[in-house]
Amino acid sequence: MTPPLKQTLEIPVADGEAERYSLRMGPQHPATHGVLRVDLELDGETIIECKPQVGYLHRGFEKLAENRTYSQALILTDRLDYIAAMANNVGYCLAVEKLLAISVPLRAQYIRTLVCEMSRLCSHLLWLATHALDIGAMTVFLYCFREREILLDLFEELCGARLTFSYPRIGGVRQDVTSYFIDELQRFLDIFPSRIAEYETLIDTNRIWLKRTVGVGVVSGDQALALGLTGACLRGSGVDYDLRKHQPYDAYDQVEFEVPLGSDGDIYARYRCRMEEMHQSVHIIQQCIDQLPPGPIIGLDAPDLVMPNKVPARIEAGSSTYGTGLIRLIRDRDLYLSGDIYVATEVPKGELGFYFISDGNNRPYRMHIRSPSFIHIGALATIAKGEMLADLIANIGSLDVVLGESDR
Amino acid sequence: MESMAIADRLRAEFPDEFLDTVTHQGQTAVIIRPGRIVAILRWLRDTDDLRLNHLRSLCGVDNVRRKDPRLSRFEVVYNLYSIPLRHEIRIRAEVGDKEPAIDSVVGLWSGANWLERETYDLMGISFNGHPDLRRVLLPEDWKGHPLRKEYPLKGKEEWTGITELLEKIKELDQHGFDPAGHAHGQNQPDEEEP
Amino acid sequence: MGEITEPSMVKLEEGVRYIPGVNALLGPLNALVNWGRAGSIWPVTFGLACCAIEMMDAGASTNDLDRFGILFRASPRQADCMVVAGTLTKKMAPVLRRVYDQMPEPRYVLAMGSCACSGGVFDTYAVTQGVDQILPVDVYVPGCPPRPEALMEGFIKLQEKIRKEQFRWSQWR
Repeated sequence: MTPPLKQTLEIPVADGEAERYSLRMGPQHPATHGVLRVDLELDGETIIECKPQVGYLHRGFEKLAENRTYSQALILTDRLDYIAAMANNVGYCLAVEKLLAISVPLRAQYIRTLVCEMSRLCSHLLWLATHALDIGAMTVFLYCFREREILLDLFEELCGARLTFSYPRIGGVRQDVTSYFIDELQRFLDIFPSRIAEYETLIDTNRIWLKRTVGVGVVSGDQALALGLTGACLRGSGVDYDLRKHQPYDAYDQVEFEVPLGSDGDIYARYRCRMEEMHQSVHIIQQCIDQLPPGPIIGLDAPDLVMPNKVPARIEAGSSTYGTGLIRLIRDRDLYLSGDIYVATEVPKGELGFYFISDGNNRPYRMHIRSPSFIHIGALATIAKGEMLADLIANIGSLDVVLGESDR
Repeated sequence: MESMAIADRLRAEFPDEFLDTVTHQGQTAVIIRPGRIVAILRWLRDTDDLRLNHLRSLCGVDNVRRKDPRLSRFEVVYNLYSIPLRHEIRIRAEVGDKEPAIDSVVGLWSGANWLERETYDLMGISFNGHPDLRRVLLPEDWKGHPLRKEYPLKGKEEWTGITELLEKIKELDQHGFDPAGHAHGQNQPDEEEP
Repeated sequence: MGEITEPSMVKLEEGVRYIPGVNALLGPLNALVNWGRAGSIWPVTFGLACCAIEMMDAGASTNDLDRFGILFRASPRQADCMVVAGTLTKKMAPVLRRVYDQMPEPRYVLAMGSCACSGGVFDTYAVTQGVDQILPVDVYVPGCPPRPEALMEGFIKLQEKIRKEQFRWSQWR
């Protein structure tokens, strides 16, 4: 005899902790933006405990940099945050310049500011693309990559590379901008604000987007400070901390821009902050183009790229090969001061800091990278606790983490 | 406030802990004893006219090749910044030569959690009172601390995970679809069938 | 023992026998299977580092890998090709091998970027020097990172390789 249908459909309701289970997400997962692994303890769909695990992309940057000269270690910074490599290069160069007291010409400073902001646009476009894709908006992904491709083509015109540039050098930049580059960039700047408006029509007031972001992943200002959040994640919580204003570097004190602030500290506030930052970046790039001063693009005291004006006579006499000559040249110039320095820059992800110790050698004695992504992933445990499993994806997306930078 | 003035305030407040100050390119570092690190950092964070409320970075340094008699072998460096007052200071705590250890500052900044774990992982400095002191970047059963100066760039010995994996691959290739295993990359020659 | 003594087998030379007429059937079947496979490579996304961004770029609006029949799958069980895009660290190596083992046969591996090919600049304690220590690799795409066009070229090379295969679908081969 078959039981009545109603009985078989009855779903047993577990009481107490019977529904607890653990879930391993990643490291190979399309929504973790790389190789992040998150160990979760769930009660139904609510996260009781969230333990992010990183290190799946730990390549030993800091050790490798100790074995390379300052110029050679520059290429490593490309591979830190590979979405905004220019900003990393600039951060590294600034730190080394300050450590070794190298001056940068004004034109190079403007070009660096310009490429930094282009890099910020690249990074925010990719963030928006993947964040929206994770939440379920496929079209935004395709739109964002369309504009990002224009930017990458511009970078290619500038220095020949699409992702890993090494374009800013210690003491300046590698080569000058061409007039074609400026014209194309101007054309891009003319159309781009309308493209941002296009993304906003897609998701800004979209009901699904609002349901997934408003009131989710809330971080208060004090909590964000204690967690060490920086960048848009901190500003979304209403704390005014932008290194471009606080400790201006390159030409940021010459240009006008505003720092957008949120108040709610949820995913939507961070989203709005970054969208506003894109508008501000366009504004900064425009000013850089308009004000770009003439002059040299690399300083005369930059190591390994420019020979000093006065070459000591014993170099030609003393060495047979170029390499040993150069090493002796560097030693003779007393370029490498001893001391330590911490220089931070505002990269698209937050505060990227380089802590250098020099012992007077041509290699860094110790290089520590304060990477924003590493600290943001550490904060994920606190932010995601008590929320729903599906919101974890939105949280990871809104923290804007890059695992290459996190793991180093 | 100037960094040097903060250093002087620190010296007046904690004379027993204070060792020295170092200035390079306008940035001042205070070298201190490790004993009361939590009290010092709490004082720096909570004093009204200092308010160094942002822990920028925390890292360990191996000083074995730095010829400086003031420094012990290991030190932990804290970079602090005040967001409301816009000044900064660096604190360098000398944590000794063998079995270096220092108190954890997770109670002050919860973001220090992972930074301390990273320092423990790569430099081998342990933090007393840390809630979850495990390796963070390298696998749990990794041997050695890579950022110490005696550790070679390419590592001393192969991690056991890799050696186990290579043995397992050998075994898997025996039962695979293609017994030639790794050779399938070099594919069969284009022979005509008889 | 095990000797095939059926009269239909023709002895060609020592140790080689074949059934007359079978090749006429199998040759076109080979071509058909290979044609199908080459036209629908479904790679599992194994984005590790920088190269993953270029891989995404190759799949996005401008370069559009979909027109080659290449659709990225998130699950290894639905995929028949793995694009290893980026640096493979030692901690990641067991995971990579596990994902590879979950893929059904026939499976192909495309190593994208210098790090996946040979370790690249990262000759350190934490990085494997090339994924071919862990997996059999079919196509190497050099570059740091390779352009999306280079990845496409790699896929075309893989298609060429698949078209030349013999009996990859049979137990006897």
